[in-house]
Amino acid sequence: MQAWLRSRDNLARAGWALWMLAIVCGALVPVPEFWITLANYIGLYSLVALGLVLMTGIAGMTSFGQAAFVGLGAYASAVLTTSYAASPWIGLLAGLALVVLTACALGLITMRLSGHYLPLGTIAWGLSLFYLFGNLEMLNKFDGITGIPAINVLGLNLQSGRHIYVLIWLTVALAVIAITHLLDSRSGRAIRALKGGVVMAESCGVNTARTKLLVFVLAAVLAGISGWLYAHLQRAVNPTPFGLNAGIGYLFMAVIGGAAHVWGALFGAALMTLLNDWLQELLPRLFGQSGNFEMIVSGMLLLLLLQRAPAGLWPLLLRMGQWLWRGRRRADAPPSHPQAVTPAGMRSPQAARALAQRDKPAAGTTVLEVRQARKTFGGLVAVNDVSFSLQAGEILGLIGPNGAGKSTMFNLLSGVLPLSAGEVHFMGQRADGRPSRWMARAGMARTFQHVRLMPAMSVIENVAIGAHLRGHKGWLAGVLRLNRTEEASLFAQAQAQLDRVGLGSHALREAGSLALGQQRILEIARALASDPAVLLLDEPAAGLRHQEKQELAQVLRQLSQQGVSVLLVEHDMDFVMGLVNRLVVMDFGTRIAEGVPEAVRADPAVIEAYLGGVE
Amino acid sequence: MDASIALILAQDGITTGAVYALLAVGLVLVFAVTQVIFIPQGEMVAYGALTIATMQSGVFPSTAWLLLAMGAAVFAMDLWNWLRRANAGTDHVTLARSALFNLAWPALACMLLKTLPLQALALPVQVLLTLAVVAPIGPMLYRLAFEPLAQSSVLVLLIVAVAVHFVMLGLGLLMFGAEGMRSLPFSELRFELGPLAMTGQGLSVIAASVLIMVALSMFFNVTVAGKALRATAVNRLGARLVGIDVRRSGRLAFLLAGLIGAFSGVLIGPVTTLYYDSGFLIGLKGFVGAIIGGLASYPIAAGGAVLVGLIEAYASFSASAYKEVLVFTLIVPVLAWRSLTSHSLLADEEV
Repeated sequence: MQAWLRSRDNLARAGWALWMLAIVCGALVPVPEFWITLANYIGLYSLVALGLVLMTGIAGMTSFGQAAFVGLGAYASAVLTTSYAASPWIGLLAGLALVVLTACALGLITMRLSGHYLPLGTIAWGLSLFYLFGNLEMLNKFDGITGIPAINVLGLNLQSGRHIYVLIWLTVALAVIAITHLLDSRSGRAIRALKGGVVMAESCGVNTARTKLLVFVLAAVLAGISGWLYAHLQRAVNPTPFGLNAGIGYLFMAVIGGAAHVWGALFGAALMTLLNDWLQELLPRLFGQSGNFEMIVSGMLLLLLLQRAPAGLWPLLLRMGQWLWRGRRRADAPPSHPQAVTPAGMRSPQAARALAQRDKPAAGTTVLEVRQARKTFGGLVAVNDVSFSLQAGEILGLIGPNGAGKSTMFNLLSGVLPLSAGEVHFMGQRADGRPSRWMARAGMARTFQHVRLMPAMSVIENVAIGAHLRGHKGWLAGVLRLNRTEEASLFAQAQAQLDRVGLGSHALREAGSLALGQQRILEIARALASDPAVLLLDEPAAGLRHQEKQELAQVLRQLSQQGVSVLLVEHDMDFVMGLVNRLVVMDFGTRIAEGVPEAVRADPAVIEAYLGGVE
Repeated sequence: MDASIALILAQDGITTGAVYALLAVGLVLVFAVTQVIFIPQGEMVAYGALTIATMQSGVFPSTAWLLLAMGAAVFAMDLWNWLRRANAGTDHVTLARSALFNLAWPALACMLLKTLPLQALALPVQVLLTLAVVAPIGPMLYRLAFEPLAQSSVLVLLIVAVAVHFVMLGLGLLMFGAEGMRSLPFSELRFELGPLAMTGQGLSVIAASVLIMVALSMFFNVTVAGKALRATAVNRLGARLVGIDVRRSGRLAFLLAGLIGAFSGVLIGPVTTLYYDSGFLIGLKGFVGAIIGGLASYPIAAGGAVLVGLIEAYASFSASAYKEVLVFTLIVPVLAWRSLTSHSLLADEEV
């Protein structure tokens, strides 16, 4: 039994079985009605909070406006079932259609907002929709709609709270499964990559705008379903529970529970519901007066939490659980690095198929050509009419003193910055003005000077993000697990790249637990997973030990023999000189030399740039 | 809508817009100095208006108890730091100053409010007492909620601000109850100017707003403390390097915001009936103005706020039920425009 429980997967299975048992028992065993009511609300709030976990905790977009979507789902069904005597199921479909449409419209605008503008935008439309609910004649203004019928499932009328309880919690369970599946899929990795910054995700070929919209709509749909259930549980709706305060409350639930964890949503919803209920009982008795005590207390709780444990309570709970568990297992367990859960794609390796490979350009053809590239920032000319080209299978070094414009050049080539003037041609196509996502699709992969990994994801999942464009399954396939073959193939590819750079044995470690040098190597593996024709490396040897540099050089030489071209920006001269075929030297934004390493080393202009001229 | 109605609406819009403009200036100030989006500014307005209204009905305002409690909490924090010596900045002088500001001041305010015949006091004295009670809540909030998280991202600070708004809203209901209140007008003066019926109240609101903005700009341009605030706003690290205590700048910014908020409440109190939860919407409208100014420019923010007042006035005439819907729907495109013009891909994340 103990051995069986030691496996994380088995533990999860046991947890699910217990949970299902609890759902069924709640309906059959005579649990007090009051508990059932509480459980129903916890379920409804959990659904909304789950959407927020996806959106805020995982994708990094804060929304205070989710209550408005709950309202849309509730009102749509309320109007259809009362005024038009439609079935609640029609109400659900109509409500979801309305939610999706509204979310698409709002999302198209708000998802473009950056930083703090985004949450402010959600406050704005959250308020707008609330006042719309309260002022529309059709929705009976602030009085709301009463007499909503109960949901009918297979002839069973869900009149009582006890009956709808089962429906609510089965929905929550399905939502948890769906989100867990989604996050462990190609689309899910793209969603999780959003938090690492738009630049990194786009450089891996992720369409961040579309991914953000997807997350936004999915979160809205969960809120809409919660609203539908709410309307048919309460049998009446009015605008109050869909106002901004409710929206803020939902966010608090997610943040207090632990916004980056699926289970945090449920925990937060349960905690806040129970706490509110308890406070509403207790505090008025203490102060002899009624008031919104739960607002005061939940606000203060959040304040305290953000100051002391900004990741929320669920991770704390997990750590406590692990500590207790480990205490029982005593010292027989080896000290381990934080391990991630095994991704689904690694559980059936036999399903893997070889991924299609890009036809590499013939040796000697020009893959990347820069003509008179120029970049100005205000009056500063960072890159001054620089031209050079990169041939297939070549390793080209771009060097120069600090401030020479190398990094700017790098950003121009990878599509992060637009050129002020000049042209870039990549794989025979005009490439300047193209976004980095296009460059990735055309066969460019890059690493970053300041490592950009998803520290909480496993090493192999980070690499799998790099292979994003080599898979095609969408989010729905991910949710329904119709992506087994593709996932297995992507992870086989990711494992192959990890083996190639020597990180194969660390596949399941959390990426953030690797040493900095290993993280740089990991970025290279991620870049390689995209099967690039051209690899741009930004100071890949920084922070590496001698041995690691040797191995990196070996990998790069091997790549170039396979027809991959490499452009590297580097400060480590020993590393560069022994590796590259050719060098381009920049100083003050201008190209001052170009040629084979020996010639460049002897070039007086280069010597002057690095060592200073004779006065 | 004929010309005279349009003119009357414009007058209405400019009066409320003047208050929004004050709030917008306060919000820009706080954001520039501390990176906090001061959502609870609205509650400061409600507290200010309801405190003076309570006083005018001859009742001791509960905000004084809140001030006392918050002051005690801040002082406890300072005392703890002093005892632990963890914070090198907390020496005897700072502790004494903290006792003065956080203990003596609230105690004095409470005593005055308990002893003075509140209802019979002259209006200016009532206003001063209101400011003395409500404004210090600003810096105390900063000390308790924001200062421990000063290094956090704008987003975390925003969530904190929303949490503070939540707490203050709950406290507002507790202190003032669910009933609305309206304070006495500053002046009963009325006269006709062409088609317009001018009221002394409306004029004094506009005059007070303009006066405060002039005073603020003098403060920023002439005094050392004002210049230190501006320096902090431009560059926190740079300000620290030249010896400016940025924490003190933060407290000062919140004190000014508290003053502005409470005074806005005093100004708007006689114009409309205010409830414990009315502040949020008023603050948010000031906020729209501040956003139009990109949370950076004072004059554009003030202009934007007046524009919001005007839009609101015209919207309430032509579609009164949808007034709020219109105002807040208008924010979204403004936000989009601001977000696109002020942030590039690279401003968010250094490459």
